[in-house]
Amino acid sequence: MEKEQHTHIVKYKTYIFVLIALLFMTFASVAITSINLGPYTVSAALLLASIKSILVLLIFMHLKFDKKFYGIMAASVFLLLACVIFITFLDYLYR
Amino acid sequence: MSDTVIQNHEPNYLEYKGRYKGIFAWIFSTDHKRIGLLYLYSMLVLFSVAAILGLLMKIELIAPGKTIMDAQTYNSFFTLHGITMIFLIVVPGLPAVFGNFFLPLMIGAKDVAFPKLNLLSWWIYILGAAVALSSQFFGDGPPDTGWTFYAPYSFRTGTNMLPAVTGAFILGFSSIATGINFIVTIHRMRAPGMTWMKMPLFPWALYSTSWIQVLATPIVGVTLLMIVLERTMQIGFFDPALGGDPILYQHLFWIYSHPAVYIMILPAMGVISEIIPTFARKTIFGYKAIVVSTLAIAFVGYFVWGHHMFTSGMSGTALYTFSILTFLVAIPSAIKIFNWVATLHKASIDIQTPFLWALCFLFVFMIGGLSGMVLGALSANVHLHDTAFVVAHFHFIVFGGTGYAFFGALHYWYPKMFGRMYDKGWANIGLAVFFTGFNTLYLPMFYLGMIGMPRRYYDYVEEFHGPNIVSSFGAMLMISGLVIIITNLVRSARKGEIAEADPWKGKTLEWTTASPPTLENFDEIPIVTKLPYDYE
Repeated sequence: MEKEQHTHIVKYKTYIFVLIALLFMTFASVAITSINLGPYTVSAALLLASIKSILVLLIFMHLKFDKKFYGIMAASVFLLLACVIFITFLDYLYR
Repeated sequence: MSDTVIQNHEPNYLEYKGRYKGIFAWIFSTDHKRIGLLYLYSMLVLFSVAAILGLLMKIELIAPGKTIMDAQTYNSFFTLHGITMIFLIVVPGLPAVFGNFFLPLMIGAKDVAFPKLNLLSWWIYILGAAVALSSQFFGDGPPDTGWTFYAPYSFRTGTNMLPAVTGAFILGFSSIATGINFIVTIHRMRAPGMTWMKMPLFPWALYSTSWIQVLATPIVGVTLLMIVLERTMQIGFFDPALGGDPILYQHLFWIYSHPAVYIMILPAMGVISEIIPTFARKTIFGYKAIVVSTLAIAFVGYFVWGHHMFTSGMSGTALYTFSILTFLVAIPSAIKIFNWVATLHKASIDIQTPFLWALCFLFVFMIGGLSGMVLGALSANVHLHDTAFVVAHFHFIVFGGTGYAFFGALHYWYPKMFGRMYDKGWANIGLAVFFTGFNTLYLPMFYLGMIGMPRRYYDYVEEFHGPNIVSSFGAMLMISGLVIIITNLVRSARKGEIAEADPWKGKTLEWTTASPPTLENFDEIPIVTKLPYDYE
């Protein structure tokens, strides 16, 4: 049914910038463990990991250049995962 | 659904001569129909073994004390019965067999989007089955944890757990690959004119199911790996002695395994949504409501896993939340029941075997659903948890839902799959014996659970004896029904009458091609101009 095709060529420069950003955040997530953030240590690591995932999805997996529909579907999956984690914590936080 | 009936001139897929011969023409075939049948034959063999294990367990329970097996054998039997039935039959069952065979036919495609991946899924399935079943034959004895592999017992028991867990882990990849294949097929390969709202309801159900397979299966994969690591390296995920939390295992396991119930039941609902309008000779009532309720079940079904854990020691807040969400998920299921019954209202019903299976489905599924409401209530659950009541509820839903729909689908699509018609008289007798046996087997277990008989025990006190005799007799009757049904179908595949292309006067696309279909399904891709159940 959906037969239309379109391609989008991303410049190498963009890929290299994203690669550098990903490497920077990888080192940052290692470095951040040496700072005592108390209970926020895990949150900080997860935040950096989330930004890295979003960059990969948007640029390397071309979600930014694809139809909005696919972006909405990918976002729904993350929303679902967030809901599952939230509900799980209704047990852990109130036990 | 399509304006013209398409005539096929090519040999059908059963006679098609490809690159390989004999059994290799099947196990290396990328034709979605042959792969569907590979799954069917594999599952029928596994189902027979698991059903016999179930029968042996019921014979053991015909009297208190040891009857035909000891406690450890009973434990390993219910574990193998559960693992085989859940991971190898009901979870992959309807999508792998009928989804593979009929999804491309029903949306007017030549095959699924990734035929080689489809074949790989079957090979992974066989590998997973072999690894899981190998746990029975070597090592330190068959696993005895039940199909849920609950921590901490699963990493403390001396039995042969690793192959069973690894097998279930491997099977997950088959499920994910099939899910991805179906999602892409539905998005990209629908026939011209088949908009989303012109797509039949079985493909809709497969679409919802596939999303659950893709999103939820990795969670159980990781969880099972954690069990393997816990058992081999004592990391401390779930072991309280190492600072772990056994309830975390239950959360992770049920985050997958409750949506897995919807992987089992949504395609079953899709099958019933196909059978009922065909034999009612009437457009299905509330097509859009069924579509929306299918998606709603898939979505809300993610958030109710905690109702399996009401007695685990979760927080009160979690208990209330899960209980409320559990009641919510009943609403879309009830919408479907209402729509099916409303379709039958003032219809010119043609009473044939597939229709009788659908009616029996409605009967048993409603008992299963309503008993689920009892278990969803916190107060009742505390009393009934881990009793025979849960076993009865579960079998009314899973066997009564998925099992009845599976056999309904087999009788509905059989003439299309094999080009021959089964003996309808024997099919109806088989169903009658099976249905009587099914209810005689499981209804007493509701009562047994309410008076306190625990599940997963090979022995019981004298006051439980009477209902157990009735239940065991029901098991024998049900197996007799299954033997009649399967014998009739196997015999008819070679000796049955030649079937017409559209013996039930169905309106969906699979009935517009030959029985059995050709390799590429249609001589020309059909153009869809009408709604899927246009009987007006």
